[in-house]
Formats: sequence, C-alpha cells, structure tokens
Amino acid sequence: MLQDRDRIFTNLYGQHDWALDGARRRGDWDGTGAILARGREALVDEMKASGLRGRGGAGFPTGMKWSFMPKQSDGRPHYLVINADESEPGTCKDRDIMRHDPHKLIEGALVASFAMGAHASYIYIRGEFYNEARNLQAAIDQAYAAGLIGRNACGSGFDFDLYLHRGAGAYICGEETALLESLEGKKGQPRLKPPFPAAVGLYGCPTTVNNVESIAVAPTIMRRGASWFSALGRPKNTGTKLFCISGHVNKPCNVEEELGIPLRELIETYAGGVRGGWDNLLAIIPGGSSVPLLPKEICDTVLMDFDSLRDVKSGLGTAAVIVMDKSTDVIKAIWRLAKFYKHESCGQCTPCREGTGWMMRVLARMVEGRAELEEIDILEQVTRQVEGHTICALGDAAAWPIQGLIRHCRPAIEQRIAEYKRSAKPSRGPAMPLAAE
Amino acid sequence: MSEPIDPGAPRPGASPPSPSPSSKVQAESIGDGSTGQEHPQPTEFAFDAESEAEIGKLIAKYPPGRHASAVLPMLYLVQRQMGRQTGSAWVPRVAMDAVAARLGMPPIRVYEVATFYAMFNTTPIGRYHLQLCTTTPCWLRGSDDVVAACRQATGIRGWHETSADGMFTMTEVECLGACVNAPILQVDDDFYEDMDFDRTLALLDALRRGERPKPGPMIDRITSAPVGGPTTLTELGDLGAGQPTASPAEIRE
Repeated sequence: MLQDRDRIFTNLYGQHDWALDGARRRGDWDGTGAILARGREALVDEMKASGLRGRGGAGFPTGMKWSFMPKQSDGRPHYLVINADESEPGTCKDRDIMRHDPHKLIEGALVASFAMGAHASYIYIRGEFYNEARNLQAAIDQAYAAGLIGRNACGSGFDFDLYLHRGAGAYICGEETALLESLEGKKGQPRLKPPFPAAVGLYGCPTTVNNVESIAVAPTIMRRGASWFSALGRPKNTGTKLFCISGHVNKPCNVEEELGIPLRELIETYAGGVRGGWDNLLAIIPGGSSVPLLPKEICDTVLMDFDSLRDVKSGLGTAAVIVMDKSTDVIKAIWRLAKFYKHESCGQCTPCREGTGWMMRVLARMVEGRAELEEIDILEQVTRQVEGHTICALGDAAAWPIQGLIRHCRPAIEQRIAEYKRSAKPSRGPAMPLAAE
Repeated sequence: MSEPIDPGAPRPGASPPSPSPSSKVQAESIGDGSTGQEHPQPTEFAFDAESEAEIGKLIAKYPPGRHASAVLPMLYLVQRQMGRQTGSAWVPRVAMDAVAARLGMPPIRVYEVATFYAMFNTTPIGRYHLQLCTTTPCWLRGSDDVVAACRQATGIRGWHETSADGMFTMTEVECLGACVNAPILQVDDDFYEDMDFDRTLALLDALRRGERPKPGPMIDRITSAPVGGPTTLTELGDLGAGQPTASPAEIRE
C-alpha cells in the first residue's frame, strides 16, 4: 500500500490552502529554476526513465511523446497544450488537481514546456468546470505575479506564457486533434493523422498534447527522481495514479494509489467496499466508460494497471472505476453509455455518426427484450464495423462497452429476450424485423 | 436532430406496449432542445461596458491573426451579458453576428460553433438552468430521483423546457466529471453534488426564495474524500499545514 510520503497530490481533497503559499509549503515551486538548469535533454531523459505513461487514457509513454518534438525550432513556435477536458464518464481526477493543487499543474506546465522548447502553453479546460477554472486562473495569476512564469520564469532566462481556455461542452474535444481544432475556434472535429501534432499541431506549429495528471506529476518526478517514481507500481506500469471510484460502493471517492493495486483491494480499502458486500458485485468498468466491463470473477483477482487490464480485454483508461452491484440492469447501464456516445459523436465519419445511433437503438430494444436472439450477433458485428473505421477513437470507445456487454453478459440479454417473447401477445408477430429500426 | 428515442418510450406506429417483463426505461424524453422551432430573435445586440472591458483581454490570449480562437470565450461573454440584461442567458443570432464582426470571421463560422457546443443556449432559458447528469455513473447513484424531483417541483415534463413561471429550464446533460459525488445537479455554473430526491426539492425551494446555497457535496463530506473523512493524506505533518485561501468560487458575487 502506498504511504502518504509517496503521494504526489497532497491536497487532493482541498483540506489545505490551494493557493501559492500553501503550494509552497507542500513543496511546489521548490528549486524549479535548478530543475530547468539541467537542460532540455536531461528533463526528457528523466521523464523517459520514470516510465510515466500518459494519464489521459491511452497510456502512451510521456517522455517519448516529449522527445517527438523538434529539437530545434524551424522558426515556428512550439506549443504545449494541456488536455483538461475531463469528460470520460466516471472520471473526476483532473478536477481535483485543478481546484485543489493548481500549482502542481502550473509548475508542470513550465517544466514540460521548457523540455519541449515551448514558450507558450494552453490549458483546455472543459466548460462545465467553471469554478475550477476560476481557481486555476487565480493560481496562474499568482504564479505570474511571483515571477514563476512569464518573462524569465523562475530566473531561468526562459520566457513562458500560460493561458487558460474554456471548452463548451463537447466530449470529443478531449481527443487531441479535436481539441486543437476547438482551440483554433472551430467545431471540435478530429483531424487525420499523420501529420501528428508534434509536426503540425496548434496553428500549424509543433505541439504536444498531454493530460493534466501527466503534467502535474512531472515536477515531483524531477525533484524526487525517475528512480523513485519507477520503483512504485509494476514494471512498465510505474508510479502512482489517481483512481476515481464511483457507482455502487459504500464510500465513493478519489484516491491516489500505486499502479498495479488489486482492484478488490482498491475498492475495499478506500471506497468502503461494494454495496452489500463483495459477493453482491455484478461487474465493474475499470477505466472509464470507454473500456469493456469486467464480470465479478475477473474483478476478484485483476490488478489495476495498463497491461494487466489489457490482458483481460479491458483497459486502465483513465482509472475511473465504475462499480455495479447485482441490482443493476447492466443492459440499461451500457445502453446509457451508448446514448452518451451517440450524443457526443461529432458526425464527421459515417461509421460513427450512423453506427452510434444504430447501436443505441438496438440496445434500447434489448433493454426491453424486444429483439431477436440473432440480433445479438448482428450487434456485435456492427461494433466491429465501427471499431477501427473512424478518424478518431470515439468509434472504438462506443464499440468496446457493447462488446464487453456481449462478451460477459450475453445470457442476461438472451434471458431478457426470452422473457419478452413469453409475455408478448401471440398476435403481435415477430418482435421486430431483424435488426431494423 | 431529434432526441434519441428512449427504450420504452412510445413510438409512432408501434403497437400498444405490452406488459414488460423486466426493467423498462421510463418514457422521459418528450421535449427537445433543437426542434427547429423559431424563437423570436432580438433585432439588435451590442456589447455592454462590462463585456467590452473583457474582450481585449480575451483576444490577447491568442497570437496575432488567430482571433478566431476567441470565439468560445466571446460566446460565453454574450451568454453572460444576456443573462445580466434579460434574465435569460442565451445567445441570439444577432449576437453571433456581432461576435463574427468583432473577430473578423464569416458569420457561418460562428453559427456552426455556437450550435456544435452544448453549453451555448441558442434559445431563451429560464432564470435558473437546471442541468441534470443522467449518464451511467450518476444513473447508478439515483439520477432518476433527481430528475423526478425537478419535474415535481417545476412542473416541467420534457427536456429543455422552461417552467410556466419562467424560473427553471431543465436540460439533460452528459457526464459532468464529478462522478464520485454522483448524482450531480448543475445549476447555472455550480455543481450540487451527492443529490437525492429530497435534497433536490430543498435546493429548488431555496432557489425560488432567491438563495444560492453553497455548491459542492450536499451531505456531510469533504469534496471527493470518502464519507466519514479522508483515509489517506492523514500523515503529512506540517506539509499540509496552513489555512485554506478562500477560493474565487467561494466568494459569491
């Protein structure tokens, strides 16, 4: 179990002063100038050595991402864009960082920007986080006033500007290229890759997009060393992570723990256990709405890290743990996620625009049982036709929860259909033309 | 764009619903935020002094020639000004034109942005905007009860409808990103967390009286910490010392 002395987010719950004085007491902005004095290469190498994998969901190594930025500017400015569009259902960790520990994020923005030669950085915060944005902006203003950012940031000779930009209620803007489009004042519709943002990003300039948590842990990694961070967690899944435990637990909460903690231990130690006891568990979505659910028998033993969850055909995602006990209508729970993706599809690619609505409607009938047994396979096939056939990963994210449902809860769907057929009046004929709407 | 049909909702041309064997989703989406109905649009809009004072600061955040980046902040500015001036925070067409003119963008580029993003109200709303999250994490914690309480207290039946007294508009929103405090009811800019039926009725009562209860958890709980108090971050010594600074969010306007 992680000790408090190894926790990075020491004001996670906002019990202490979020502002500059409090942040300094917690060790933020301590020797930042000396960290920058190590030089760009050293910081990127330190980040690589820490093994940090991006905390926004995909788990791409952060140090490697930083190293993709051009070493020399060709005349175009470089940008760091921080993805604070936290919208993945189940996820509420970046919110706590921004309202309670904003200086960790601001200092991280300076360190990361310096490591990538970016003199300007934008934080793209979801529009609904209005009060969080006010805290964060106040903290940015404090950092400017104290000379920590701005001209000659921390006395380093490096000029650095940090701007906060509010989104306006579009999940898709959490996708990095949609975020850049939105930041440029357009609809948030993802761009084709390549070119990747490191070559052509914001305003056509080299850009790196990192999650809030990835950036906010950077200063602590630089201060305490890559070896400290990589000693936590498991090989290739190093460090600590903020977990959000929601749903049918006795005490929903956010908590920082080591990657690789057993799922059951996480829930029983910190969230007061599953409502009605562990045996009352039906299923868990372990990493935010986009990853497939896991039935209890897998939850009994699985470890919470990128590779362990991939091995059971799910994923760590944002580490948002959504717990469902046996009272849950799991078909309806997944239908509601399908409705979410239908609502959030940007409409650019046909398989996603049409597929998300189609999948939602078929699932809606399955909630009632008003479907044919064959349609379960057809629904599964359609998810395969959406997955991997769109510009961005929203199509995949819409497909995976449904695949998880069919993989693990097929008997529940079959039973629902059978019950409906039994109760239906004989004169009604077939429940519905096959897979039609 | 029409509201997705909820399972269990009456469908045109469908045979009468038969007794459902299992948990049927209640018919709930009657209204629709974008039915294409034309609302009376004001014929003119001008930025007031308070907005004008902000515009320069907003545009200065972006590089020269990249003024279009300010379109979201400018639309927010409009919506806030409309709330100030008319009691209904929305973005009329003529204001989109004003934003386009100010940023040097074709009006269509502003229209498409204003209609793409869910947080801009392109039709008038009531005095208080009730934004109810019903996505799975909130639903698991009882968002149906919060919806029912809002309906009972306001008399509103469908989504994106305004109560007869003009006080409340109810909008269904997707995940608000505060899931460990589910269910969430967002009123204008503020999150009211850990809601249930009775707490929702009490909150709406307070709003009717002109009060703005402090946002955050509506139960005895520290932000996102577990009920009963944090079980971590208890051994920090003087690292955690110091009095909290009042956050801007706590300083009510």
